[in-house]
Formats: sequence, C-alpha cells, structure tokens
Amino acid sequence: MDRRGLVAVLGPVFVLMVVGIVGSLGSVDPALEVEFRSALVSVAMVVALYVFVGNAGVVSFGHVSFVAVGAFAAGVMTIPVELKPTITPGLFSLLGDHSVGNAASLVLAAAVGGVFALLVGIPLMRLSGLAASIATFAVLGVTYNILNNWTKIGPGPLTLTTVPETTGLLQATLGAIAVVLVAFAYQRSRFGRKLRAAREDSAAARAAGIDVRRERLWAFALSGALSGFAGGLLVHLAGTLQARDVYLDLTFLTLAMLVVGGVGSLWGAVVGALAVSALDSFLLRAESGEIGVVNDLLGKPLWGGSRLVGVAIFMAVVLVLLPNGLTRGREFRLPRFRRGRGGPQEAAA
Amino acid sequence: MSEHVQTLVDAVALGSIYALMAVGIGLVFGVLRLVNFAYGQLIMAGAYALALTNDQPVLVSIALCFAVVLALSLAMEFAAFRPLRGASPTTMLVATFAISYLLQSIALVRFGAIGKIIVVIPKLSEPVTIGSVNIRWITIVTILVAIAVFTALTLLLTKTTIGLQMRAASIDPQTARLLGVRANAVITTAVLVSGVIAAIVAVILPMAVPERLLVGPDFALRETIIVLVGVVVGGIDRLLTATLGGFTMGLAVGLLAGFLPSSGTWPFTSSVYLDSAVFMLVIIVLLLRPEGLFVRGRQAALERV
Repeated sequence: MDRRGLVAVLGPVFVLMVVGIVGSLGSVDPALEVEFRSALVSVAMVVALYVFVGNAGVVSFGHVSFVAVGAFAAGVMTIPVELKPTITPGLFSLLGDHSVGNAASLVLAAAVGGVFALLVGIPLMRLSGLAASIATFAVLGVTYNILNNWTKIGPGPLTLTTVPETTGLLQATLGAIAVVLVAFAYQRSRFGRKLRAAREDSAAARAAGIDVRRERLWAFALSGALSGFAGGLLVHLAGTLQARDVYLDLTFLTLAMLVVGGVGSLWGAVVGALAVSALDSFLLRAESGEIGVVNDLLGKPLWGGSRLVGVAIFMAVVLVLLPNGLTRGREFRLPRFRRGRGGPQEAAA
Repeated sequence: MSEHVQTLVDAVALGSIYALMAVGIGLVFGVLRLVNFAYGQLIMAGAYALALTNDQPVLVSIALCFAVVLALSLAMEFAAFRPLRGASPTTMLVATFAISYLLQSIALVRFGAIGKIIVVIPKLSEPVTIGSVNIRWITIVTILVAIAVFTALTLLLTKTTIGLQMRAASIDPQTARLLGVRANAVITTAVLVSGVIAAIVAVILPMAVPERLLVGPDFALRETIIVLVGVVVGGIDRLLTATLGGFTMGLAVGLLAGFLPSSGTWPFTSSVYLDSAVFMLVIIVLLLRPEGLFVRGRQAALERV
C-alpha cells in the first residue's frame, strides 16, 4: 500500500483510539463514559452506512433495518436462557432454548444483517438511484412493523432487557476500528473501485464492462453485514432495546452524521459521527440543565426536545454551505507545508 | 356484500387522498427534480392551524390553514430549495429529510408530544345510507374534492401558459429556459399549487382517517412515506404515473385494512401487519416491474437523474 493510503486508514484508526483512551480517562464520570461509548458505536453504524452510500452514491434510508435485525438477533440470543420466558415469552423454541456468548452474538448479528441486506437488495438494486433511495423506506417500514409486533422472534412491542452490557470502551473502540478497516479494505479493492467508478459516471462505467447492479448489491450486502455488527454493539451498549429505538430517529441521526462529515469519504463518516455525537451529547446535557452557559443565557435549561432541532439545523446548514460535508469528501491527510503534486481531485480516491 | 362495497368505497377515498399527496409531491419533483420528504410536515402545519382554531368559525379556520401551509411552502422554497438548486437529487432528498425532522422537532418543542384534537365540520363524519351501504359523508366529499382538484389541475397544465411552461420545464429544463421559460416563476407556481393541495389534504385527512383525528409532530408522516414509495412504484418521472402510484397505494392500504383479520400470529396475516403487507407487495412489484408499474415500455434504460 502506498504512503497516502496508509495515512488515510491510520488517521481514522488513530482518532478512534484517542477517543477510546480519552473516554477511559473521563471514566470518573460514568455518564460521560457512556457518551464516549455510544459515539464509538455511532461511528461503527455510520461507517457501515458509508460503505454503501459513499461508494455507490445512492442514499439508503433502510440501513437502520439491518442495525435493528442485528441488534435484536444479538440481544435475544445473549439473554440468559432462564430469563427468556419472562422477557420474551413467545419465542420459537430454537431461539428460546439457546444462548450464545458476546463474540458469537456479534458474528451472528453481522451474518443476519448481511443476509437480510442481500435478500432485500436483489429487488432494490434493480431500481435507478433516486427510486432505490425511496424504496429503501419500504424495507425500514416492514422491519419496524414486524419487530414491533411479532413475539416469536423478539419482545414485540415490549422492551428487550437484561442483555449483557458487554460493549465497554474496549469493545466499542475495537468494534469501530474493525468496521473502519473493513470499509477501507473494500473501497481499495477491485469491487470498491468499480463501484466508485460507476458513482462518478454510470454510463461510462457500464461501457467499460462494469455490472453496476451487481457491484451495488455486493456493497449493499457488505454494508448490511457491518450495520448488523454495529447493531450488535448497540444492543450490548445499554442492555435494553425497543423496536422504536431503531427506526426513524436513528435513521435521521445516522444520515445526518454521514452528510455532515461528507458522504464521499471514510474520513467524512468518522468525523461526522464524532461531531454530531458531540453536539448531540452537548444539547442533551443543556436540556437537562447541566451546561451552565446555556442556563445563564436562557435563564433556564434548553427546551426539552431541542436536541433534534439542533442536529437538524446543523445538518441543513452544512448541506447548504458545504454540500460535500466538513471533510469535503476527502480522505484523511497529514497537514503539509509544501504544495504536493496531487490536487484535491486526486486525493478523493 | 354491503360491507365489501363499503370497504371498496373507503379504499377509493383513501386512494384519492394519497393521490392528492402524490400529485403535490410530483408537481415539485417535475420542475425541481426534488423529492420533498417534508411534504407531510406542510400538512402537519395546516392540521395544527386547524386544531388551534377549533373555536373559530369553520371558514376562518380553513382559511388560516391555507395561509399557514402556503407561507410555509414559500419559506421552504426560499430558504432551502433555492440554495440547493442544482444540487444532486440525492442531496436534495436528504436535505428535505432534515427539514422534515426540523419541523417535527419544532412542533414537539412548541406543542408537545400529546396530540391535539381537530374539529373541522363534525356533520361530515355522520353516515349516509345508500341502499344497504353505510358511507360517511366525508368519504363522498373526499372523492369529489379529489376529482375537482384533478380536473382543475389538468386544465391548469393544458390550457394556461404557466401550465404549459411547467410541463415544458419538467420534460427538459435547459431547453425550456433557452426558449424563454422563467425558471423562478414556474418553480414558485409549482410550489404554491403543491402547497394548496397540501392544505386541502390537511383539511380532509383528520375527518377521513379516524387515526388522524389528533395532530401530533408525526402527523401525516406515515402517509408521506407510503405515498413516496407509491410514487416510485407508479413511476416517478411522470406526473400521471406518480399520481396513479399514490392512488394504488391508498387503495391497497384501504382494501388490506378492510379484509385482513384483526388478529393473527404470523406476519402479514392480520391488520397489525398492514404496513408490512403493503410494503412486501411493493417489493414484489418492484421486483417484477422496476421501471414503474404504470410506465409503458422500457423507457428508463439509463438513469436520468
């Protein structure tokens, strides 16, 4: 691998390690540590989303479905067998009578997410870009509706609880780094390059013999598997989960993160996830009156629910002023003091 | 027999509402290539205007609803659509998704999560008996209003200069501009007409759909998602196919809601799983006809957008 490529992947990995280490230093305040962990899980979810959206140039509103199936699969399968009759009484006996460990549940989550994405991707990837984006809502709708009602595979409308909280800072950091490494390996691979070529010019890519649908489908499935894995991390984060936790709000939040950072680069996905997580945590604390400056300014805590207003405004402003996001679609580079040979165009690869 | 007729008439009425929303979304898409995910929030704003003026005379209340929706439509056009003009359709879709969330969150902060009841014209909710079939007045009114709107819209698009220009701009915006069509005038007209339709839906929806009697931050969100998917199923590139797509979704939702039993253990077998059943049908249709249910021939060989 050339030097620039090495820097592009080591930069985000280094940043994630720093976030993990800083989080462990702040662990005197447990509430703050939770926010570091959840920011790292957000990075995993957003990078998973980026693998499809960034490389294919097609927005998906359905990826939270893959997060959801991964999270529920990992959650249901790690609840101790003796607790299942109380928490999820209606389960199929295959699910009700067995439990697996933390690591196995993450692998299971990735597998379930990947297979699900592959299956729904077959019809969806036949559509043109914009139509495919909108049709992904159908996947989200079906997934939410079934998870929210069918008690044979999960808690239905109730809350899944007593899931082991194994996503500590170490697991969150390593999980996010693993997703980043897979995403990077994919975008540098033959498949990733073909898909990125099709993103830039679909007609030219077809003329060069690239089967755009097939490349999109592979990316969709890989991205679904990573989303499922991230869902596994998510359910082990708080130990509880409801179907509506992995529905429209999370879809909006993950898309906002990706768009704010810049859809076109892996670095953008990482930066966006961390930046929006930081803003989100800040606003949440301001709502509960923990930020002194805001209290002084308004004379009271921030209005309840302002959090999504803040994130939405941030996202809309970035979209209008910097359509390519905070990173302008570039990968991570070390700051340079003399002008390099490559212009901004070249760095986008 | 009579309950089947009743279900069918109700489904046609729901289809009419979805078709109205589809044409509102399709009009703006035609001239701007912008899928307005925030369309449901225009309807939400109108519904809040109605709910907050329950004690006023009906006409004042409805006039206020129209004023609020049109003002918000124009605000969206100037604050968001104009700066984004020329951006990729994907960027614009994500941006309207953000606007939708922004408006929902503002409604949540301002009015809270608990729904407010909307009283427009209570008389319309009473049933009328035709033969052995009981139909609510609002069902008939909905279908008539939809027919009137589509007639007016057809006249606007075929008989007036601005309508001709709108059609020209939706077929080929660059050539239309070269031939002297003023982009801003055409787009503003489309946004306003689309806003009028949103206001009409805001007045009808609370009366026609019992679950929409209360207005909350997510008012009309489910409808918007179903209609957007319907627009894709019908064929997004043409107004007629998009509208038919919306109508088909409403019809399917109405019929399935009428015929599915109210309980059942397996997915897709009861009305609890209505959304899944509808969206599964959508996925099957997309598998069979990816270019759109009502698109003739294989026109969309290469991606236009």
